Amino acid sequence: MAFYYQSGWSIFIAVVSLISILGCFLLAWSLASRKAPTDDSGNVKSTGHVWDEDLVELNNPLPRWWLYLFYITCVFGLIYLLLFPGLGNVNGFLHWSSTERYNREVEQTNLRIAPLFQQYLSQEIPQIARQADALAMGERLFLTYCSQCHGSTARGARGFPNLTDADWLGAGTPDYISQTITHGRNAIMPSMAAAVGNIDDVVNVSHYVLSLSDSDHDPALAAKGQKKFTVCAACHNANGRGNPLIGAPDLTDSTWLYGASIDNISNAVTQGLNNAMPAFGDRLGEGKVKVLSAYVWHLSQGSQ
Amino acid sequence: MSNTTKSTTTGFYNYRVVRQFSIATVIWGLIGMLVGVLIAAELTWPDISMDIPWLSYGRLRPLHTNAVIFAFGGSALFATSYYVVQRTCGVRLFGGALVGFTFWGWQLVIVAAAITLPLGMTQGKEYAELIWPIDLLIAAVWIAYAVVFFGTIVKRRTPHIYVANWFYGGFILTVAVLHIVNSAVIPVSLTQSYPVYSGVQDAMVQWWYGHNAVGFFLTAGFLGMMYYFIPKQAQRPIYSYRLSIVHFWALIFTYMWAGPHHLHYTALPDWAQSLGMVFSLILLAPSWGGMINGVMTLSGAWHKLRTDPILKFLIVSLSFYGMSTFEGPMMSIKTVNALSHYTDWTIGHVHSGALGWVGLISMGSIYYLLPRLYGREQMYSMKLIEVHFWMATIGIVLYIASMWIAGVMQGLMWRATNADGTLTYAFIESIKATFPYYVIRLTGGALYTVGMIIMTYNMLMTIRQGQTTEAAIPGPVTTPASAATA
Repeated sequence: MAFYYQSGWSIFIAVVSLISILGCFLLAWSLASRKAPTDDSGNVKSTGHVWDEDLVELNNPLPRWWLYLFYITCVFGLIYLLLFPGLGNVNGFLHWSSTERYNREVEQTNLRIAPLFQQYLSQEIPQIARQADALAMGERLFLTYCSQCHGSTARGARGFPNLTDADWLGAGTPDYISQTITHGRNAIMPSMAAAVGNIDDVVNVSHYVLSLSDSDHDPALAAKGQKKFTVCAACHNANGRGNPLIGAPDLTDSTWLYGASIDNISNAVTQGLNNAMPAFGDRLGEGKVKVLSAYVWHLSQGSQ
Repeated sequence: MSNTTKSTTTGFYNYRVVRQFSIATVIWGLIGMLVGVLIAAELTWPDISMDIPWLSYGRLRPLHTNAVIFAFGGSALFATSYYVVQRTCGVRLFGGALVGFTFWGWQLVIVAAAITLPLGMTQGKEYAELIWPIDLLIAAVWIAYAVVFFGTIVKRRTPHIYVANWFYGGFILTVAVLHIVNSAVIPVSLTQSYPVYSGVQDAMVQWWYGHNAVGFFLTAGFLGMMYYFIPKQAQRPIYSYRLSIVHFWALIFTYMWAGPHHLHYTALPDWAQSLGMVFSLILLAPSWGGMINGVMTLSGAWHKLRTDPILKFLIVSLSFYGMSTFEGPMMSIKTVNALSHYTDWTIGHVHSGALGWVGLISMGSIYYLLPRLYGREQMYSMKLIEVHFWMATIGIVLYIASMWIAGVMQGLMWRATNADGTLTYAFIESIKATFPYYVIRLTGGALYTVGMIIMTYNMLMTIRQGQTTEAAIPGPVTTPASAATA
């Protein structure tokens, strides 16, 4: 809505806003007379109009407390708009802005917590992972920044790796983990439809893939699919054990990040896969990344 | 005017369409509330949807809101506005076949919504989910509604327009504008379309619509109901004509500005957020003006509340109206909103307005109407109205109290941080902590729905024991002066 900051629009917004508040005030003020029309005996008279046999209206004055409430909100509104941004591009006397406030809060928090992480900068990740208070802090960091995708228990979900098992797409070393958190990861499997062949070939090779881990498959179809697997072997290796250097998954174990059905696998073969983990380095800073890496690395250490 | 020897009656009011919409109000209300109970149970125990897509929360939630707002609330507004505008104008409804079109057209919209929403067809805009072909039908029905309503106003035989009709008229005009502007889309297929606005403008248009759907559909229209049925049922004059002028104009003007408070702390520029907050606060007094005028109308007749359950519905609805229109401006204050936004507090706020204000005043008005439409002294059972009233009231209190507690708790949990700058609670912990309040909310909603079942039974028995009646339109009030000009 940047064009609203151009002066023509800005003046228009400011003028309309001020007239509107003033209008509310004048509307109430013009009908604020204390006197109600009364008859000879002092009772409030009706307006004299009658609808549907017996509907009539008295004309009592506006309750004072209500009127003053209305005035007060109008005056409050005017004062607020003088102090805070509101009248077009007039910033308000307090020079407040939501962006500035957010940045200030983040900056103050970072300054406050920096000493907490200072001590870990010079330590090795396995050393950090031996300290109970560091692990507790790592868990809190994990629940704040990582649980949205990897789950509160770090067991992942479809498309989001389980971090508690010893099965790593890459090296699974402390440095590898810290690098992943800092720079993020892109996972791409290209569409192999053209290389594999027609739909029958795709289904056959999918059965062969499932046979590698002895999952539920049709041996006859798997046998037919075997020779098509050569195009997959470039990344997943001829024996199907994958290649941690490029993050190509091991197809012989029971871990299936995108599901273990024929449909899941043939979809991956025909359409390819695209996955990404965002980079957290700039957002968290080196200290937090180290503590977090120690926690994540520690998660899988018991399950070897 | 050419015929000076008129008989005392000049035809009959159109009660047929009022009957149709009154029955539709009760039936759709019951269905919409049942769906509400179902999704409240799904939030409590997510497994009960059994992974059936069209039973999933995401699809049934818009079905619930559309059913209670547009099917229940909408039918109540049609029924009462058609009744009120005829009787306060002293003429039969204008428009001939258009009147029937508004009824059947509106029912078709509702049925189409009930089919498309569970199938997952949606525009993705809250309270404006329906796909573009249904939007077109809504626009057609609404324009017909405007022609019928304003046509009746134009041919009225009373010199002045009754205050209830100002509110109904304001509601009809504004909803037409809101619906057409917010539903402007470019269709790409029969079921899919893209909005003509983009980014934050789209969000602003959506909440300009969304908040005014509350302000005009759920407030102005129902204030029209209040201005007719409270003085009629209480047999008392309206408290203050000039208060009605001030609060009418201030209300319809100020509501237009309040939408941005739905977008606090978002990409919406700061100046727009400030204006939204300021005008939401200014809205407090105009809203309360309506409550004061309704409640003070009862002064001198308070004792009737003890014995008249229909009056209880009408007056207690006003106290919920006062409560939620106080709560709304408070929640629009940015500092408060920082705590309340995205929590169940908002859900509680909406339901104190929806169950308390919109629901109770509609039920009271329908209880007033049904005996008159079916030629009976009163409803089949006054006792059951009393039972309905207490079930509904207790249900509302359970609902909104549990959501207040849950909402404030969630807001506090989400903002709690540890010394190292991390969040104290993971999101899932706040859901776990909300569980008992979800159970209480479900109980409250179920009570309210059981009340609606009782109302349905009471209505069916009233209809069974009564018979459709037509009311004669009284002849022109002839004063000597007007007789001379005639």
